[in-house]
Amino acid sequence: MSGGYNFAYLDEQTKRMIRRALLKAVAIPGYQVPFGSREMPLPYGWGTGGIQVTASIIGAADTLKVIDQGADDTTNAVSIRRFFARTTGVRTTERTIDATIIQTRHRIPETKLGDDQIIVFQVPIPEPLRWLEPRETETRRMHAYADYAVMHVRLYEDVARYGHIATAYDYPVVVNGRYLMRPSPIPKFDNPKLDFSPALMLFGAGREKRIYAVPPYTSVKSLDFEDHPFRIETWTTRCALCGSGDSFLDEVITDDRGGRMFVCSDTDYCAGRRNTEAAAE
Amino acid sequence: MYVAVKGGEAAIDAAHRLLAKNRRGDPSVPELTLAQIEQQLSLAVDRVMTEGSIHDRELAALAIKQARGDLVEAIFLLRAYRTTLPRLAESLPIDTANAALRRRISATFKDLPGGQVLGGTFDYTHRLLDFGLAEPAPQSPSAESVSAPEASQPPPRVLEILNAEDLIEREVPDDAPPPDLTREPLEFPTARALRLQNLARGDEGFLLSLGYSTQRGYGRNHPFAGEIRTGQVAVEIVPEELGFPIVIGEITVTECEMVNQFGGSATEPARFTRGYGLVFGEAERKAMAMALVDRALRAKELGEEINAPAQDEEFVLYHSDSVEASGFVQHLKLPHYVDFQAELNVLRRIRAGGPVEPPATVEAEEENAG
Repeated sequence: MSGGYNFAYLDEQTKRMIRRALLKAVAIPGYQVPFGSREMPLPYGWGTGGIQVTASIIGAADTLKVIDQGADDTTNAVSIRRFFARTTGVRTTERTIDATIIQTRHRIPETKLGDDQIIVFQVPIPEPLRWLEPRETETRRMHAYADYAVMHVRLYEDVARYGHIATAYDYPVVVNGRYLMRPSPIPKFDNPKLDFSPALMLFGAGREKRIYAVPPYTSVKSLDFEDHPFRIETWTTRCALCGSGDSFLDEVITDDRGGRMFVCSDTDYCAGRRNTEAAAE
Repeated sequence: MYVAVKGGEAAIDAAHRLLAKNRRGDPSVPELTLAQIEQQLSLAVDRVMTEGSIHDRELAALAIKQARGDLVEAIFLLRAYRTTLPRLAESLPIDTANAALRRRISATFKDLPGGQVLGGTFDYTHRLLDFGLAEPAPQSPSAESVSAPEASQPPPRVLEILNAEDLIEREVPDDAPPPDLTREPLEFPTARALRLQNLARGDEGFLLSLGYSTQRGYGRNHPFAGEIRTGQVAVEIVPEELGFPIVIGEITVTECEMVNQFGGSATEPARFTRGYGLVFGEAERKAMAMALVDRALRAKELGEEINAPAQDEEFVLYHSDSVEASGFVQHLKLPHYVDFQAELNVLRRIRAGGPVEPPATVEAEEENAG
C-alpha cells in the first residue's frame, strides 16, 4: 500500500457518501443518482466512476478483476488493476470465477456470474436520452414521467430506414419495468446477461457524477418492437484460438492484404477453454 | 500477434520510463528548479493554481515541471492532489477593497481617486521578440529604480462610485454557506456563487472564447471594464477556540468588475449591472473573460432573452472544466474495438442490404430469448 493515502485511495467520508448513493441506486433500479464525484488521479473518461464505486465497496478480503474490452491485459485495465493493487493491497486475478469484484469497461464476461460477485461498469455517458435531448433538466423530467417515446421513435426510424434496429452497442434497456437505462457501451450481445443476473451490477459515471444499479435478479429488457424483436449478433466464424462459437469475437487484422482472424474478446474465457482442451488431450 | 494488439504491463512501464527521459531532455542542459519555474514562469504558476483550485506556488511549479510544461496536465495533477486534502477550516471572504494593490485600472473613468496604476503589464508593450533575452543577463535588470508602487490608502472601488448614485445594481449580501461543486454534483438551476466557483476553475481558453462571443453579438451585454485590480489580500479564519479572526497568510489575486448595461423593466429603473471575475495571481485575461461569462449567465435572473451559448448555464458549466474535457476527449485513445466491432457488424449488414441477405461476417441473427 502507498503511504499517505487511505485504503483504496478515497477517504472514509467520501466512501460513505458513495455507498449512500449506491444504496439509493439499488433501491431504485435503473435510476441515476447524482453523487459528489471526486477528482481521481486517473483522467475523467478513463474509468473514474467505476474506480470510485470499486474503491467504496472493496475490502481487504476481496479479489479484484479488471477488464477493458473483455481483456485483462489491455493497457487501461492494467493501469486500474495496478491502482487498486497499490492502494489496497488486495488480491487481483484474471479468472472471472475467482473474482469477488469485477470492474469492466465495454464488456460483461462470457462466464456466467454468481450471486457472490459484483460487477462494476465504467460509464462515459449515463443518460440514455442524451443524444436525443442534450439538456439534463429536460431528461430528468422525461425520466420522472417515464416519457420514453422519443427513444421508441428513434429505434423506429432505424427500422424505417434500414429494415432493422441499427444500434450495435449501448443498446437502451428498461430496468424493472420502469427506468430507461444505458447499459454503458457494452455491445448489445451482452444485453441478455443483464437480465435476472445473480450478480449485483453497479454503474459509475465519474465525470457526469451519476451512479446507478441493477440489483440481482432484476428484469432488464432491451427495447424492441413486436414485429422487430431484439436480436444479438452472431458470427459465421469461430474463435481462431479456442474455437468458441458463442462468444463475442474481436476482428484482428493480420496483414495489409485483407487478412483477418476472429478471436474471443474475453481473454479469460478463451484461455480457460484452451486449457480445458489441453487437459482433455 | 494477438498479445501485441492488446498492449500490456511491460509496455506501460517502458512508456513511463521514456516519459521520464523525455521530461528531463538533454542531460547536458541544467535541470529546471522549482524556484526558477515559480519565479520566471510565474503566470503559468498563476494559471495552474487558479484552475487547479489550490493556492500553492511551489506545488504548482512542481506540477508544471512534472507535466513538461503542459498546463492542462499540470492543472490535472494539482486537482488530483487537492481532492485528497482534508478541509481544516473555512476562511472569511477575502477583502479585495483593502488589498495592497500592485495594479489598478479603470476603463470607465479617466481619473479617479487612487489613480490608474499600471503595474507590470504586457499592455502597451510592442510584441517584438527581445533577442536580448536569448542570453541570461549579466545582472538583474532595473533593480536600481523600479519598485512596485503601493498605495498608502486603499482607493475606493470604481463600482462603489456608481453605486453611490444608484446607477448600478446593488450587491445583495448572501450569508448562505457557499455551495461547493467539488463535493456536490451540479444541479440546475444554479446559484451565482456556484457558477462563479465553476468559472474560477474553468479553462481559460474556453472562457476566453465564450467571453469573446458575447462581444461579437452572441449574448451581447455591453461590457466596460469598470475596475481591474491586482493586489495582496489577507486570508483570515476564525478558529472556534478563539472566536476572532486571525490571518493565516497573504495571497495575490486579480479581480475584474465589469459594468454592463441593463435597460430596466416595469419595476426597475435602468441601471448598470455587474459581471465578476476573480483569479489567483495575475491571470488577468482569465479574470476578464470570467466576468463577461458571469454576466452572460445572469441573463435569466435579469429577464433577458437566452439565445446564445454563453448565456446557457448547462452548456457553459458542463463544458468549462479542462480536467473533465481533456480526460473525455483523450479517452478516445482507449481501445474501443468491442464497440467498433459491433458497429462494423451493423454497417456490413446494412451494406449487404439489410436483414434479407446475410452479410459475410454476420449470420442470420438468431433471436434472443433473454
